[in-house]
Amino acid sequence: MSLVVKNITKCFSDFAALNDVSFQAEPGEFLALLGPSGSGKTTLLRLLAGLDQPDTGSVEFDGADYLKLSARDRRIGMVFQSYALFRHMTVAQNIAFGLNVRPAKERPSKAEIAATVQRLLKLIQLEDLGKRYPSQLSGGQRQRVALARALAISPRMLLLDEPFGALDALVRKDLRRWLRKIHDETGVTTIFVTHDQEEALDLADRVVVLKDGQIEQIGKPLELYRHPQSAFVFEFLGTSNEVPATVSDGVASFDGFTAPAVSPKALSGAQTVRFRPFDAQLSPTGPGFEAKVLSLLPAGSSLRLELQTPDGKVFETQHAHESEASDLKLGDTVFVRPSKVYVF
Amino acid sequence: MKVRAPEAPKSFPAFVLLAFAVLWMALVILLPLVNVLAEAFKQGVAPYLSSIVQPDALSAIRLTLLVAAIAVPLNAVFGIAAAWCFTRFDFPLKGLLLSILDLPFTISPVISGIVWVLLFGAHGWFGAFLQANDIKIIYALPGLVIATILVTLPFVARELIPLMQDQGTDEEIAAVTLGASGWDVFFRVTLPNIKWALTYGVLLCTARAMGEFGAVSVVSGHIRGLTNTLPLHIEVLYNEYDSVGAFAAATLLAGLALVTLVLKSLLEWRFADELAAHRRH
Amino acid sequence: MTTDATRDAGAPPFVTEGYKPPKATHKARVLPGFRLSLGITITYLSLIVLIPLAALLARPWEHGLDGVWQAISDPRVVASLRLTFGTAFAAAVVNLFAGLVVAWVLTRYEFPGKSLLDALVDLPFALPTAVAGVSLCSMYAANGWIGSLFAPLGIKIAYTPLGIFVALIFVGLPFIVRSVQPVLAEFDAEVEEAAQTLGASPMQTAIRVILPSLLPALLTGFSLAFARAVGEYGSVIFIAGNMPFVSEITPLLIVIKLEEFDYAGAAAVAVAMLALSFLSLLVINGIQLLLSKRGRA
Ligand SMILES: Nc1ncnc2c1ncn2[C@@H]1O[C@H](COP(=O)(O)OP(=O)(O)OP(=O)(O)O)[C@@H](O)[C@H]1O
Ligand SMILES: [Mg+2]
Repeated sequence: MSLVVKNITKCFSDFAALNDVSFQAEPGEFLALLGPSGSGKTTLLRLLAGLDQPDTGSVEFDGADYLKLSARDRRIGMVFQSYALFRHMTVAQNIAFGLNVRPAKERPSKAEIAATVQRLLKLIQLEDLGKRYPSQLSGGQRQRVALARALAISPRMLLLDEPFGALDALVRKDLRRWLRKIHDETGVTTIFVTHDQEEALDLADRVVVLKDGQIEQIGKPLELYRHPQSAFVFEFLGTSNEVPATVSDGVASFDGFTAPAVSPKALSGAQTVRFRPFDAQLSPTGPGFEAKVLSLLPAGSSLRLELQTPDGKVFETQHAHESEASDLKLGDTVFVRPSKVYVF
Repeated sequence: MKVRAPEAPKSFPAFVLLAFAVLWMALVILLPLVNVLAEAFKQGVAPYLSSIVQPDALSAIRLTLLVAAIAVPLNAVFGIAAAWCFTRFDFPLKGLLLSILDLPFTISPVISGIVWVLLFGAHGWFGAFLQANDIKIIYALPGLVIATILVTLPFVARELIPLMQDQGTDEEIAAVTLGASGWDVFFRVTLPNIKWALTYGVLLCTARAMGEFGAVSVVSGHIRGLTNTLPLHIEVLYNEYDSVGAFAAATLLAGLALVTLVLKSLLEWRFADELAAHRRH
Repeated sequence: MTTDATRDAGAPPFVTEGYKPPKATHKARVLPGFRLSLGITITYLSLIVLIPLAALLARPWEHGLDGVWQAISDPRVVASLRLTFGTAFAAAVVNLFAGLVVAWVLTRYEFPGKSLLDALVDLPFALPTAVAGVSLCSMYAANGWIGSLFAPLGIKIAYTPLGIFVALIFVGLPFIVRSVQPVLAEFDAEVEEAAQTLGASPMQTAIRVILPSLLPALLTGFSLAFARAVGEYGSVIFIAGNMPFVSEITPLLIVIKLEEFDYAGAAAVAVAMLALSFLSLLVINGIQLLLSKRGRA
C-alpha cells in the first residue's frame, strides 16, 4: 500500500475544512482530487505535503508515519498553483535546486546534477531554454519547469495543485496529455487537484470527489459516471435535468411512458429523478413533458437544445445533428421523454 | 485600471504650478545645499583644505565612520531577523511589536539621546555601578554607538518588511518541499530576492548614522578629538565662529548626502520592482 | 498510551518529564527560524527601545506628582511647548500645500530636469540636520543670501520663531510629497475621464474628484511631517536663537535641563512632549479613520 490517509480532520478556528477524510493511493497511481471551490482540495494537498498539520487522523506512506516528518524530509514533489519558481534563478538552476541543497554526503556530483537537469529539460521539451529566467517563459512553459523541478528530487509522490488553472483551454488540453505521458514514463504516484470534472475524468486512474470537506465518492472515471453515488456527484459531473416520477424496481414511470432508473439504493415511490441531456428523446406528439424550443445551438459534434415547459422549468437536451431534432425551429412545441434516469 | 501618463504642461495653470514647484524646490531645498559650498569656499580653496585636514576634523571623520561601522551591521542583522519574523509568521502582539519598531522614527532624536543618559549617566540607573567599575558609556564611544543604533534602528527592517510581505512565501515553501534547510532557504531563495532592498535600507541607515546630530549630541559631551563626530564637529566650529571650518566639514556630510541620493535614485531606477512598494521614511 | 506494566524494563520512558505532544497549530510553521528571529527581534527591541523608554517614563516621578507638575507647568517649559508645537503645525500646513503642488507636478507633467527635481525632494532626508542647520542659519542671518533681502524691511528671520518655522518647512517637505506621490501616480485615469465626460472642468475634476481621494495620504504626510518637526533638533538649533520664552524649543530645553543634571525635570518635559505629540497623532489618525469610513459608506 503506497499512501494511506485515515480520518483526517482539519479545522480553521471552528470551521471544518476537512471532515473525516480517508482514502488510499496505490503505488504508481494517478489520482484526481475533484471538488468545487472551497471544498478543501488545497487544504488536503497541503496536509499531504507537510505544509499544514491535521487536527486528527493519520497519513502513512509505505508504512511510515508521514505526519512525523517535516515538509523538508517527506521528499514530496509539489507543483504549486502559482508555480512558485525562483525568480532569480534560471530554468536550469531552478531544476537543480533540490539536488544542490542536499547535504554534502547525499548530494550528487556537479556532472550528475547537470545530467539530471538535461534529462529533465528534455523530458519537458525545453532543452534550449535552460538559461532563461522564469519571467522570460510563457505560462505553459513555467508550468512544465515547475514540474521538472519537482521531479528532479526523485519524489516519492507528486502533488499538483490545479496545475493547469491559469492556462487557456488549448494549452490545458495539450499539457494534460503530456502530464499523463510523463506520469506513465516516471511511474511516480501522482495526486492532482482540479475543479474541472472533464480534466479529472480524462486524466486520472481514480477520482476522489470532495464536497464541503467530505469525500462524496471515490472511483474510476467510468464508474463515477455510470454509477454516481449522490445527486451532488451526478450534477457535478455534467448537466442534469430534474423531473418527478414514480419509481419501483428500477423503473421510473411517468405520465404515459417509462424509463429504466439507475440508483445506488433501492428506492421506490414518488421521487425526483434526473437525466442527462443525451438521455432524452424528442417527438412532436405525447406522451412526454411538453416544452417549447428556447434555443438551438451546435455544441461540437452534437446539437444542444434548451426547452422550456409551460410551468417555466428549463431542460437541456443533446442530439445528433442528423436526428429529427435538427428540423426544429425556435418556438416549436415538442414532447421530451427521458430514456434513462438516475434516482438518489 | 488605467493610469494617466505624465505629459508636457499645456494649460496656463499647469505652467503656474510647474513654475511654483521649481521655484519652491530651488529656494527652499536646493539653496541651502548651494550655500554650504559657497560658505566653505568663501575664502578660497586653501583655507578649505587646511580646515579639512586639521587633526580634530580627521579624528571626527574617523569616529563617524567607526560609529557607523558598528551600528549599521547590527541594525542590518536585526532588520533581517525582524522582517523574517514579521512577514513569515503570525503571532500574538505582532501589531504592538511593529509599532515599537516604528517608535525611533516618531520620537525626537534628543529623546533618543537622553534615555541613555538616564540609564548610564552619572545620575542614571546604572550610573553608580558603571562609575564603580570604571566603565564609560556616556561621553564615550559606546554611548555614541547605542544612541546611533536607536535612531537608525527601523531603516533596514522598514525597507524589507513591505517587500517581503509582497513577495509572499511561495518560493520559500517550494524550497522547503524540495528539501532545503533553513539556511539554504534564506541564503539561496530569500536573500537574492531582497538583496537590493537590503542594500537600499543599509544605504539609508548608513547615511543617517553618519549624519545623526541630536541623539549623539546629548551623549557625546563634545570632547574635541575624542567624542566629536563630524556633525558635532560642525556645531563646535560654528559656535566658535569658525565659519569656513564648519562649512568645510559640512561639505563632507553634504557630499555624503548627495552620494546617498544618487545611489538611492540609481537603485530606485534600476531595481524599482525589487524595492518596497512604498517609499516612506 | 502504554501503561507502566506493559513497558520493557530497560526501555526509556515513553513520556518524558514535561513532554507535550506536538500540538497541531492552525498555521503550522513550515518555514524555519521563528524562534530565532522572534528572539532576536524581541531582545533587540527591548534592549534598544523598550528599556531605555521605560527609564524615561520612570524618571520624572522621583519628586512626586507635584514635582512633575512643577517641572512642566514652568512658564518657560510651557512657552517652549507652545513654540515647538505651534511652529511644527504651521510648517506642516505650509508643506501640505507646497508638497501637494510638487507631488502633482512630479506625477502629472513631463519636463526637462524632472528626475533631478524628484531626487531633490529627498535632500532633506539625506542631508544631515547639522548641515542643514548651519546652512539655513547663515542664509537667513541678516548678512546671508536671503536674510539680507529681508533685513532692509525690518524683518528678522534667523534667531526668531520665524527662523524655526523656515527650518521646519525644509525638514518636512519630503514627507508630504512622498506620501501623496504614489497615490497620485496610481489614480485611476478612468475616474478622471468619467468626471470630464460628465462635464467637469479640469479644475473641478482636480478639486472635487482627485483631491478628496488624496486626503488620507495628505493626512499621513501631514502627521509624519508634524511629528518630525516637533522633535527636530539639529536643523533648528542654530537658527532658533534659543532665547528663553521666545525662541527656545522644547528639545533644547530638555538638553539644558540635562546639562544642569536635572534628570527628573528633563525626563518630565520629555514625557510631556512625547505625550502631546502622541495625542496630536492620535487626533490626526482619528480624522483619518473618519475620512476612510466616509469613503466606504
Ligand atoms: N488558512 C485558512 N484559514 C481559514 N480558513 C481557511 C484557510 N485555508 C482554507 N480555509 C478554508 O477552508 C476551505 C477549503 O479551502 P481550500 O483552499 O482547501 O479549498 P479548495 O478546494 O482548494 O478551493 P479552490 O478550488 O477555490 O482552490 C475554504 O472554505 C477556505 O475558506
Ligand atoms: Mg485550492
